[in-house]
Amino acid sequence: MPATIIQANATPFNQVTVDPVTLEVIENALRNARIEMDATLVRTAMSPGIREQGDAFPLIADHKGRMIVGQFGSYIGPFLDGFDGTVEEGDMIFLSDPYSVGGAISHCNDWLVLLPVFKDGRLLAYTSMFGHQSDIGGMVPGSMPIDATSIFQEGVRIPPVKIWKKGVYNEDLVKLVMHQVRTPAWCKADLNALIASCRVAARRVVEMAERFGDDIYVSATEMLLDRNFRAMQHLIETSVSEEPVSFQDYVCDDGLGYGPYKIKCTMWRENGRVVLDFDGTDPQSSASINFFLNENMMKMFFGIYMIMVFDPQILFNDGYYDLIEVRIPEGSLLKPRFPAALSGRTHALGRLFDILGGLLGQKTPQFLNAAGFSSSPHLFYAGTDKQGKWFQLFQIGFGGIPGRPLGDGPDGHSLWPGFTNVPNEFLERYFPLRIERYETVPDSGGAGLHRGGNGINMVYRFLEPGVIAIHDDRWFVPPWGVNGGEPGARARKVLVKADGTEIVLGNKLEEYQVEAGDQLRFITWGGGGWGDPLERDPALLVKELRQGLVTVDGARRYGVVLVDGAVDAAATEALRAQMRAARGASLPTFNFGADIETLRANCEAETGLPAPRQPVWHPTAVAAE
Amino acid sequence: MAYRLGVDVGGTFTDLLLLDQGSGNFWRHKTPSTPRDSSIGILSGVEAVCAKAGITPADVEFFLHGTTVATNAVLEGKGARVGLIVTEGYRQIMQIARSFVPGGLAGWIVWPKPTPLAALEDTVEIKGRVGAQGEEVRPVDDADIRAALETLKAQGVEALTVSLINAYLNGAHERRVAELAAEILPDVPISLSHVVLPEMQEYERTLTTVANASVRPIVGNYVRNLRSKLRDAGMAGSLSLLRSDGGLMSSEKSEEHPVSLLMSGPAGGVTGALWVAKNAGIKNILTLDVGGTSTDVALIENLEPRRVRTTEVGHLSVRASSLDVKTVGAGGGSIAYVPELTKALRVGPQSAGAVPGPVAYGKGGTLPTVTDANVVLGYLPEALLGGTFKLDREGATRAVQTIADALGIGLMEAARGIIDIVNENMFGALRMISVQQGYDPRHFALMGFGGAGPLHVNAVARLMGSWPAVSPVSPGVLCALGDATTRMRTETARSFSRRFIDTNQEEVLALLEEMAAQTRSELAAEGIADQDITTQFELDVRYDGQAFEVPLSIDTETLRRDGLAGVTARFDEEHHRLFTFNMDSPHELVNLRAVALGPILELQAHRLPEGDGDPSAAKIRDHELWADGAMRPAVIYDRARLRAGDIVPGPAIVIEMDSTTLIELGCVGTVDAVGNILINPA
Repeated sequence: MPATIIQANATPFNQVTVDPVTLEVIENALRNARIEMDATLVRTAMSPGIREQGDAFPLIADHKGRMIVGQFGSYIGPFLDGFDGTVEEGDMIFLSDPYSVGGAISHCNDWLVLLPVFKDGRLLAYTSMFGHQSDIGGMVPGSMPIDATSIFQEGVRIPPVKIWKKGVYNEDLVKLVMHQVRTPAWCKADLNALIASCRVAARRVVEMAERFGDDIYVSATEMLLDRNFRAMQHLIETSVSEEPVSFQDYVCDDGLGYGPYKIKCTMWRENGRVVLDFDGTDPQSSASINFFLNENMMKMFFGIYMIMVFDPQILFNDGYYDLIEVRIPEGSLLKPRFPAALSGRTHALGRLFDILGGLLGQKTPQFLNAAGFSSSPHLFYAGTDKQGKWFQLFQIGFGGIPGRPLGDGPDGHSLWPGFTNVPNEFLERYFPLRIERYETVPDSGGAGLHRGGNGINMVYRFLEPGVIAIHDDRWFVPPWGVNGGEPGARARKVLVKADGTEIVLGNKLEEYQVEAGDQLRFITWGGGGWGDPLERDPALLVKELRQGLVTVDGARRYGVVLVDGAVDAAATEALRAQMRAARGASLPTFNFGADIETLRANCEAETGLPAPRQPVWHPTAVAAE
Repeated sequence: MAYRLGVDVGGTFTDLLLLDQGSGNFWRHKTPSTPRDSSIGILSGVEAVCAKAGITPADVEFFLHGTTVATNAVLEGKGARVGLIVTEGYRQIMQIARSFVPGGLAGWIVWPKPTPLAALEDTVEIKGRVGAQGEEVRPVDDADIRAALETLKAQGVEALTVSLINAYLNGAHERRVAELAAEILPDVPISLSHVVLPEMQEYERTLTTVANASVRPIVGNYVRNLRSKLRDAGMAGSLSLLRSDGGLMSSEKSEEHPVSLLMSGPAGGVTGALWVAKNAGIKNILTLDVGGTSTDVALIENLEPRRVRTTEVGHLSVRASSLDVKTVGAGGGSIAYVPELTKALRVGPQSAGAVPGPVAYGKGGTLPTVTDANVVLGYLPEALLGGTFKLDREGATRAVQTIADALGIGLMEAARGIIDIVNENMFGALRMISVQQGYDPRHFALMGFGGAGPLHVNAVARLMGSWPAVSPVSPGVLCALGDATTRMRTETARSFSRRFIDTNQEEVLALLEEMAAQTRSELAAEGIADQDITTQFELDVRYDGQAFEVPLSIDTETLRRDGLAGVTARFDEEHHRLFTFNMDSPHELVNLRAVALGPILELQAHRLPEGDGDPSAAKIRDHELWADGAMRPAVIYDRARLRAGDIVPGPAIVIEMDSTTLIELGCVGTVDAVGNILINPA
């Protein structure tokens, strides 16, 4: 049953013509309002996750809920479809439960605020923002237990409720929620920040309507959506073929010893529309790596990739949704059944972007990027220090950006929008930690004409005993290379005890005890390479050897022989000739490295970890073990 | 008789403003810049402006200079080759930076990563470690340091930077490197991070120190060359440069600390606006400095411009105090275009720049720009620069017509559309510094300057609700005016990072006084008498665990009287104003800063003769321009002939040597006592 919209003034908006200048001015003003949302959030939020790392996303939608500006948007439609209540002036909706909104947000850590914007009694727009909370209670600090088997273990779960109802603030509701979390001060400030951002944007929308007139404003948003529709229609016709193409990739494991989990997508054009069919994707996991993917969210991801890959000048909105059909099998990793755990969805989310890249570029290799998304690698570290003070760190790490048509992938940078690292001096000052090394790993980027970016080696020395948790991926199935480029190196975590003993840790780990003095090498993945490594200028390898970004051995992957820091031209020519002769006449579009069975067979030797076992699909089978 | 000479070197023109400190009379001059050696343009300007005033350069007591030499060195990658010494494990600090990729989701696909300012090849590690409380965890090793220095020496670095982890708390290791460097690399200038910026955050501190080292040689050469040429020309007075924070520093100091000059150019406009505002009796001002490629905006509240702790130059964000100036890629040279796929009308950020420039300038430009639209609409009627330079109206019309055709609208509508869009972009930048910071723009006047500011200021004021729109005297040389009228300033900062419950008033006061003494002695060394120096303090405070600080200004007396409890109470008040809530968490004192200021310039601005309210004596001719959808009669006035109290009804155009003021239909301009035009709705 869809939501009931209650308006004191239900007069429909008139479609009027908007001159191109006014349209442009309104588009600009909307863009500015969205920037203002971000700025407001950064000023008022408190948790490092939102303030320092930027894990929050705004949007402004039209009165039908279609996103006009924003990026991780597009969830209002599914929300309205499933909301069994009213939407009235003075209301503000607050929610975090993915199952209540068809996966429109994908784990309970993301708190979402939605503000219907009324003007003269008429629903004019929506503004909304969601942000990742540092802690929402549940079985582990940080509230993302990788080994959870049900969403009930993942902390407070907020169905769509009204935090404001016809202008009245529901303080008891907020009290109840804040009582469930370990970091109420951060959560309160962050929630206030989300609300303030939505209110700012709402004011801007009303100002725009006052300035230009309601009908002109609404008609302009229609035109902006339509402009996007036409641009995307053109892109689809020129870059998506009617012949189906498929691509598949994997989430390495589920943290319970099972994996890899396959995600498969097939794409084709049919009657001018694109179909994205996830048939062939593995069933849902009994652990928390499930990613409840909303169809509209997928359309949005697809759209952004189309635009970035083929024409970055287009301003992005929801206007093209009718051009895309998304099919996701029920009960799969991407559409798990309630009450499957969801908190560890970042791995499948990351993988989805690699799959999109692989799908879109298949027929147009010149636009193809290599793979480089692991996930958002997380480290949690919590405990009580000598003064009896509770500390709780949640940090997001970064790996190597893939090789690109544009050039090399940057080393140790973020694939996620707006994210930054936290200064190590800040970490050392406020947490019982010393960061002994913070560098990228030579040779970890896949070889290529444009190499993949190197992953990061961050060495944490823990100064207090505590528990850690790690969430990372791409430790088993490597990030692939393209157009002749090689796969990037895999992620790896090693704990070094005070006596020098090295323990290889899993990349999905919960509640692991560390002692004061232990060092953790948190090593992330390298990006895949792009293009033929044998074509890379040997002088670049000389430079990168001096920079410590490649080694002498690593240079041989490019067929380059370095002796005393210089190119041995004759040996290089010979090695390149030999490598060319040894490989096939044409370079593969994709280089995935070894197949899954070989990876399994060599897993222990190569990674120091037992190979993940083939997943068992019946949830009770795991529980019975 | 004492004269002050303000000199602002821009990309196209060098502006000079000579001020007679006794009478308040001033003379201005504009001369083409000479980018290969700016001193050539400056010298010819100095001679010309002195001749106008009937003095010689020897009569100039203060030479005050805003320059983009440091900025350009960074932007054009022409800095020195910097060697960087870091803590073991941190060699790639500049390579990894903050891991930030701009451009939104999938933005990484199209992002060209900039090369670090200190090359990775020229970055070396040394052993030794300081902990987060300033304690030594592991000692440095002389042999290891020597080896690192020898490596950099062999590579031929031109400047040396040392930036070690937690050095902001304990600089002993950095100092040891400096001692050995003095032996091994005696001729290479060295910058230590704990000296340049004793603040937390290793990347920002390193970047700032490297940026400083990198621009030092260029700025040093520039300053020494300029100084010697001025001396040769007979100028014996002092030479000071404008800092990014709107204060002045001696040319000698600027050679050591050029990173403080990165926003020197735009800062001149803000200090100029401040001077004008004082004389016009306006306390709250938004500035709109419209140049050829970009527009700078800033906010002045209660005659105090907002400052920020970071200076943004290109992709770099350097930790050095600067006026809070936001730049948007919208100016007279911004190019209008209609992309094939979307059929939208876009203006900028691409710019025709000075070369080839707008089509109307007839220097080879072919793409329609904002200036061309202004010409088509009749807003730029005559010649620029007092008649020496004719505009190509036909060319401008042809260019704008291509936009009209692509959109299927009329020529005038297209031209006005280009102006509306560029105004909207300026409006967006102004909102960022006002509304977004909790200021209501309706409580501010808007001052437009730079070559094209007075053309746009009326329309933008209408969007903002910021009245009056002010066209200041000499809008084209306002930066030079700012250079000439601001005061000396220096500051020092220190990270403290302790909760209030873990410190006490005496400890904080002792530190502040030590810092005050340091800054006062710096100004004393510039020859400023102690009684003329003012000290101010700033404390950055936040709630424990919060990632955002609120700066609070305070003096010693208040601190002694109200104690630290007074500080936390003020913080709570300010926090509530900014964010509408307070918290129960303990307070943390994050940073301390001490500022020393030189004397304020006591000077009466030159007053215009009183008129009778009727501007017709200044009328040049009748004119027509596009307003509210039609061509309408208008009048062109000569600014030099306007009198105080004259009332100019819109639509009207007021022209002068280097700038044109547009008074729109439905508005009226009033000339104030010192010659500013204050535009209000009629």
